[in-house]
Amino acid sequence: MRKNLNVIAAYSIMMGLIILVGIFQSWNIALSIFNLCLISAVMTMGANIQWGYAGLINFGIMGFTALGGLAAVLISVDPVQEAWSAGGFNILFSLFLIIAMVLAVRYILKNYKKSKNRTYILAAIIILGIVIIRFVSEPGIEAIEGVNPAKTGFLGGLGLPIIFSWVVGAFFAGGLAFVIGKVALGLRADYLAIATLLISEIVIAIIKHEDWLTRGVKNVIGLKRPAPYEVNLQQTDWFISLVEKFNSSKLNLITDLTERQATLNQLVIEGSSVFVKLCYSGLFLVVVIILLILTQKALYSPWGRMMRAIRDNEEAANAMGKNVVKQHLLIFVLGSAIVGIAGAMLVTQDGLFTPGSYRPLRYTFLIWVMVIIGGSGNNFGAILGGFVVWFLWIEAAPIGIYLVNLTTAGLDDTHFLKVHLIESVPYFRFLMMGVGLLVIMRYRPKGILPEKIEIK
Amino acid sequence: MDFVNAIILLLNYIFVPALAYGSQLALGAIFVTLIYGILRFANFATGDMMSFGTMFVILFTFYFQSIGISFGVLPTALLAIPFGIIFMVGYMLIVDKLVFKYYRINKSPPVQLAMVSIGVMFVTQAVVRIIIGPSDRRFFDGEKFLIKAGEFKEMTGLNEGLAIKSTQVITIIVTLILVSTLFWFLNKTKTGKSMRAYSDNEDLALLSGIDPKKIVMITWVIAGILATIGGALYGLDKSFKPFTYFNNMLPIFAAAIVGGIGNPFGAFLGGYVISFSEILLTYAYRKFFMYVLPESMEPDGLIQLLSTDYKFAVSFSILVIVLLYRPSGIFKGKVL
Repeated sequence: MRKNLNVIAAYSIMMGLIILVGIFQSWNIALSIFNLCLISAVMTMGANIQWGYAGLINFGIMGFTALGGLAAVLISVDPVQEAWSAGGFNILFSLFLIIAMVLAVRYILKNYKKSKNRTYILAAIIILGIVIIRFVSEPGIEAIEGVNPAKTGFLGGLGLPIIFSWVVGAFFAGGLAFVIGKVALGLRADYLAIATLLISEIVIAIIKHEDWLTRGVKNVIGLKRPAPYEVNLQQTDWFISLVEKFNSSKLNLITDLTERQATLNQLVIEGSSVFVKLCYSGLFLVVVIILLILTQKALYSPWGRMMRAIRDNEEAANAMGKNVVKQHLLIFVLGSAIVGIAGAMLVTQDGLFTPGSYRPLRYTFLIWVMVIIGGSGNNFGAILGGFVVWFLWIEAAPIGIYLVNLTTAGLDDTHFLKVHLIESVPYFRFLMMGVGLLVIMRYRPKGILPEKIEIK
Repeated sequence: MDFVNAIILLLNYIFVPALAYGSQLALGAIFVTLIYGILRFANFATGDMMSFGTMFVILFTFYFQSIGISFGVLPTALLAIPFGIIFMVGYMLIVDKLVFKYYRINKSPPVQLAMVSIGVMFVTQAVVRIIIGPSDRRFFDGEKFLIKAGEFKEMTGLNEGLAIKSTQVITIIVTLILVSTLFWFLNKTKTGKSMRAYSDNEDLALLSGIDPKKIVMITWVIAGILATIGGALYGLDKSFKPFTYFNNMLPIFAAAIVGGIGNPFGAFLGGYVISFSEILLTYAYRKFFMYVLPESMEPDGLIQLLSTDYKFAVSFSILVIVLLYRPSGIFKGKVL
């Protein structure tokens, strides 16, 4: 118990802060912070598996998140029949061609020795393949994008419940990670960072501009929900009576009937959005807890021990007969798959998919700040990092305003410096993140909750 | 005649813009490569450091404009650059003293330094946005065109015009001067040679009495000059927006690695490799073929290899290919 005291203390402080936000600002804000904290926690767990367990730097988190989001769209949106009949054949045919091309390249790579001729033939296959695929897919893409472009203009998805996308998102992200891992894992640490960063940018570019698949920058809105809709909740009887029960003391104070009804309506509207958010929190908590149990089990298993051995001394582990390349690939795929789940969760919670919003600062670097601040190699630390950093990221603006008012108290309200500072309050969050990261890296390089391995 | 028109077309839309953009990338790439070669870490704050320097150039430009100083037909910003450099170098030395020095002395692994540079990136980004704001700013003044498309048409009687912006010419000339001075410095002076020695083999350099403090300081000074000038030239040619500068970090990294990281000359050429391939692959060649081919064979499509949306993706794909086949870069840099 004593050993875990700091973990418990850190988490209680964090929950206390969120509850304080609930009391002083509103429960709606508190819950939306809490939900995003949970999603961030899943992302940090993914990054932590790669960095903390195996020492792999993955700066492509943004790409995996976006792929998870794409999975949410492709699973939950109803298929657009017209688009399928307009261009479905061409798309399927080009998909077939791509597979054929990849197989051909693989075949040649496997069966022929490295030589100049082989390189030329490979280049010829790839270039010819791309030209043919473009030739086949172009009319199909145009036809699909022409189908009611204001509303659809894409193929749609499968029309399944969006929850399934969490699994599919993991598979998407894992698949991409497999390809990237095959290509890039041999690189030295900082090159791997740059390569993954750039590859994730390519992924985003594709998602942004292939309108037939994702609607691109036109966004997909109104995705299905795993939780009830506020509007429906506000009309169901059991919910209204529930709200009445919760607020009975408050309502009993009001004697006037019409006024009482008005207050109740207000409470029901507020309560409905809190209720929906609570539903999401429940779902997310289930995911976080399952992942936490799995990752903890993995950390203390022989496999986890091997990963740490590889991380701490690659050559020695290699000499002991551990297949470093294979394990690196495995952990890269696993971590990325977890990030993919988080991406799907994020889109599920927002109910919309906006490819334009995926930016490296928010989805790659911020996640890394979370991992470093929380404590790499420690799952509880990583989750805590997700909570702390997201909480600060959101609450930075109010804190910033408070600080500005405090430091410029002597100045007039219209003084240009004060006005300028108040206007730039949103950017204080960057400052806080940067300074936080630098301070932690310097004085507590292992994070708030450092890695602690006890051999059981 | 048609053939000349086709050449002019390519010059106007591909060659001149790619040369200017490539020069801007090249300066950034040399900056990255110097930091990597001598201080031994990948600096993720590159783009934001460039925007920091440019910010001061802009502030001084505005100040000069307000007190009525101008540079005639040339942009006032050229006068402001030296002042920008002073602030930039000062900032870099302070950051080095407060942040990077500790890790360098402790001989931390490069990964840790790269992480620290992310912290610097966040801070710099915040400082830039708090001081100048996130919006788009143009600070170009003076004569806009060296040759206008219309004048060129009249002069030569061709169908195609060739427009050369003065910023493009300034960019190319300044880059050439700066880069040749830098190479002269690195190859001919004693300090430059000791810098190269330090980059090549730190222990051996220390043994031969090279002062590491001096090397590090000079590296930051050169890096500050390159970052400020590169950023200011980009801002003059396009416009200044902190977010674009942050994004420019990616093609700059690509240029540095393609050229062989740690190798300044490779980085210089890498910038052009990236810019030319970006523009060559995303240009629509329809008009070019209309001039070159006989009328019966005129193409009906755009003849575009990739849509312009994938401009960034092109440079990253090149990078991935280079990393796969020649991980030390086209012009041999440090072996990975």
